[in-house]
Amino acid sequence: MQKKKLKYLGIIIFVLIIVWANFGWDNYKKTILNLIAINIILGLGLNLINGFTGQLSLGHAGFMAIGAYTSAILTMSPETKKMNFYMVPMLPELVDIQWPFLPTLILAGILSAVVGFLIGAPVLRLRGDYLAIATLGFAEIIRIIITNIKPITNGALGLKGLPPYTNLWWSWGIAVLTIIFMYRLVNSSYGRALKSIREDEIAAQAMGISLFKHKMFAFVVGSFMAGVGGALHANLLQTVDPSMYRFSLTYQVLMIVVLGGMGSISGTIISASIVTVLMEALRIVESPLDLGFITIPGISGMRMVVFSILLMIVILFYQQGLMGSNELSWEFVADKFRRLKSRRKGEFK
Amino acid sequence: MTTDLFLQHLANGISLGSLYALIAIGYTMVYGILRLINFAHGDIFMLATYIAFYGIFIFSLPWWLSFIIALILTALCGIVIEKAAYRPLRNSPRISLLISAIGVSFLMENLGLVVFGARPKAFPQPEVLTKVVKIGGISIVSLSFFIPVVTIVLLVILMYLVNKTTMGMAMRAVAKDFEAASLMSIDVNKIISLTFAIGSALAAVGGIMWALKFPQINPLMGIIPGLKCFIAAVFGGIGNIPGAVLGGFILGIGEIMIVAFIPSLAGYRDAFAFIVLIVVLLFRPTGLLGEKIAEKV
Repeated sequence: MQKKKLKYLGIIIFVLIIVWANFGWDNYKKTILNLIAINIILGLGLNLINGFTGQLSLGHAGFMAIGAYTSAILTMSPETKKMNFYMVPMLPELVDIQWPFLPTLILAGILSAVVGFLIGAPVLRLRGDYLAIATLGFAEIIRIIITNIKPITNGALGLKGLPPYTNLWWSWGIAVLTIIFMYRLVNSSYGRALKSIREDEIAAQAMGISLFKHKMFAFVVGSFMAGVGGALHANLLQTVDPSMYRFSLTYQVLMIVVLGGMGSISGTIISASIVTVLMEALRIVESPLDLGFITIPGISGMRMVVFSILLMIVILFYQQGLMGSNELSWEFVADKFRRLKSRRKGEFK
Repeated sequence: MTTDLFLQHLANGISLGSLYALIAIGYTMVYGILRLINFAHGDIFMLATYIAFYGIFIFSLPWWLSFIIALILTALCGIVIEKAAYRPLRNSPRISLLISAIGVSFLMENLGLVVFGARPKAFPQPEVLTKVVKIGGISIVSLSFFIPVVTIVLLVILMYLVNKTTMGMAMRAVAKDFEAASLMSIDVNKIISLTFAIGSALAAVGGIMWALKFPQINPLMGIIPGLKCFIAAVFGGIGNIPGAVLGGFILGIGEIMIVAFIPSLAGYRDAFAFIVLIVVLLFRPTGLLGEKIAEKV
């Protein structure tokens, strides 16, 4: 009873924060809050594949690109499209299409999931680093194809002027749905099957779990989330171009997953928040530093260096990430607290 | 297509293929010993070109001395990377090792962007190497001769080192089994450092010749060649040095020929390697020259 009350209290506080943010915060802060939600969606999608099922996939940027371009083509108004396609005219069938946001998001997810299925069918037979490099290859192929089909995607020029549909309601609404879905999935028989594949494929197979079916399920659901996240991301930034979807984007999402702990939902949520806020906070190191007697000029790009170093420290010294494969709950916090206390007293358990 | 034109493309393909081969050897050697895709290999390749560049322009060294210094420093850098980022994780799951490799690669790229600047720089070309030689109907830059010759010489030396010396025997032993090798009083750590040094030095040679062939360098130049050379290594059978060379040549020649015969596919040039990779992984995961290994349960 106590726990249920706490849970509802948490939800009410969360909704109040979003309402307050929506009306009281400036646009910069709102954008960061939106990015946190999008990173949660993307991170959970990748965590489902990498953390829970143990299949290292590096193709997230490719699926995001599919979602983003679907959304760009479906939500832009015919006038903006005509302005964008000044080098090569757009396919006439696509010019007049303009959809509302919800069906666009769904279609973006479904298209990514379909491509995920087509890629997964041959690739998921591979293991470990071979799978990693094959998915990386597919993501790169998707990007190259997008660069080359100019009548649909406008090639390397990209598309500008997407309607700014993404707001806190959309991004956090979908993020919350994703979180609930993940919690339910992980605690279902499907989730346990996925975890058993991560622990030992052969043992899982011996227990009658179809490896291919379950890996494919995780891969397709993960790509669906990547597609939706990519669409939200595109409508937040209002621009898409193929160079955005390089490997470094996958790396950012992977960083969130590793930092939070592979196989922890709450870990991904926490680390998505930390990483997004930190990326903005670290802009300090790029601005000029005045030490009184000498002024160090700001170096652009320094932010990413600091970030890479932080990440290497986490990889080398805290391999489990923030949460390991645990979930944040009142018991978890209480347990940590108790341990801290007993350590201070010098007791050994 | 005339014979002359075909030979011209073939010559281009061979010189590109030799570059791929040199870099692929580094991947294959590291994978053979640590079972790790060394994502930082492409960035080591980038680093070598910058060291050579600064050697010539800032310290005004003669180009050959600058190249040798670049070679040595890059080899040292390879050793440092292994000690700092891979050794602490040797007993962890392989996914951690792979993520660490990706992390190192990103750190080097971002550091490169800050230290060297994002603007591409023009790499100097010594006059000896830019002379145009005419043979029959085809004209070839002397560099295009120079690249395959250097590759073959280095390959012969490497094969001798690996197959005929005690050091090479130790390397092969470590690749087969860490523990058994250390019981045979082989210093495993030393051999792994040595492997990284040789692999990085070869990447440095490849990088410098790459910069001579395509004389524009930037901090992100290592990514795509790095990935392609890894593909070449997988294609030939990862862990197998002649395989990596074969894979490199096939990939280089294939890439040039595809663009030569079907110009409309030129935009898809970079996708070619990835398609090759996926086809190889699906139909012959051990590569052309790799041996099939039964899975231990």
